[in-house]
Amino acid sequence: MNSAVPAAPDAFEVRAHQFEDVEQQHHASWLGMWVFLATEVMFFGGMFAAYAFYRVGFPNAFAAASNRLDVTLGAINTAVLISSSFTMALAVHGGETGRNKAAIRYLLLTMLLGAVFLGVKFYEYHEKFVEHLVPGPAFRFEGPHAHPAEIFFSLYFAMTGLHALHMIIGIGLLTWMALKARRKRFSPIYYTPIELTGLYWHFVDLIWIFLFPLLYLVGRHL
Amino acid sequence: MSNGAHITVKTYLTVFVILLGLTALTTGVAFIDLGGGLNNFAALTIATVKALLVVLYFMHARTSDRFTWVIAAAGIFWLLLLLGGTLDDAITRNQLPGELQLTP
Repeated sequence: MNSAVPAAPDAFEVRAHQFEDVEQQHHASWLGMWVFLATEVMFFGGMFAAYAFYRVGFPNAFAAASNRLDVTLGAINTAVLISSSFTMALAVHGGETGRNKAAIRYLLLTMLLGAVFLGVKFYEYHEKFVEHLVPGPAFRFEGPHAHPAEIFFSLYFAMTGLHALHMIIGIGLLTWMALKARRKRFSPIYYTPIELTGLYWHFVDLIWIFLFPLLYLVGRHL
Repeated sequence: MSNGAHITVKTYLTVFVILLGLTALTTGVAFIDLGGGLNNFAALTIATVKALLVVLYFMHARTSDRFTWVIAAAGIFWLLLLLGGTLDDAITRNQLPGELQLTP
């Protein structure tokens, strides 16, 4: 072990040999995660662009279709996801200060809130199947806007589906971090994995912060 | 150093409460007819403020170095190019001859 690098409390090697020190290693990981999240912005951005294009083309149909979504469940889920971001921030705080037990507690709470979000989402999807609002041969929409309303629901399922997929991956990452915390892997000199998982979780929250008004709140005042 | 260890639990709690308040606000405002596209403007403004709070505090951007800011700004810049380039087409379509307009 390089004498310039102090050993972690449990003497587990945290520095890969290509880095000068732990700080440089942390900075490289941190920047890498931000670059990844910037590519994720573009990934979701394509769908937001498609949404913008059709929303401008069919504003009345989008308002009518949006009114078929359950705004109460949407608002509750927004609050649930924001709460999960708060507990995630506390979990990262626990990791950064070396309090692995607190980190585990908040990671489990974050996973629970994520599961509640997905449960509500599952219930909403079920409702849409029952109400024949899933695009395809069984799609039924009364009034003059049937076709563009189907476009709205295609976008609804694609955007919330991709978001839900990110949540599922996120819960997997949180499980991994909880296992690391159980092995007391996090200390004030090494907490990179839990910090980057936090960035990812907050990013998923960020996407939902825009999805909620764009999908659920269009034309509620009409 | 990109480090959030000095952000206090109290700050996280304050941001959390503001985010919940803004969620209630955006939901409530959506039911009031503000007219002339103001509903859209209000919804997107509130969403942007919420997003900024998440990025600055929960994601520690506020206490990060300039390099992190450059990457975040690049993501937003390319997103705006994508949305702007799409919307300038969508918005001007109705000024074109009938067969080029958007039809369902």
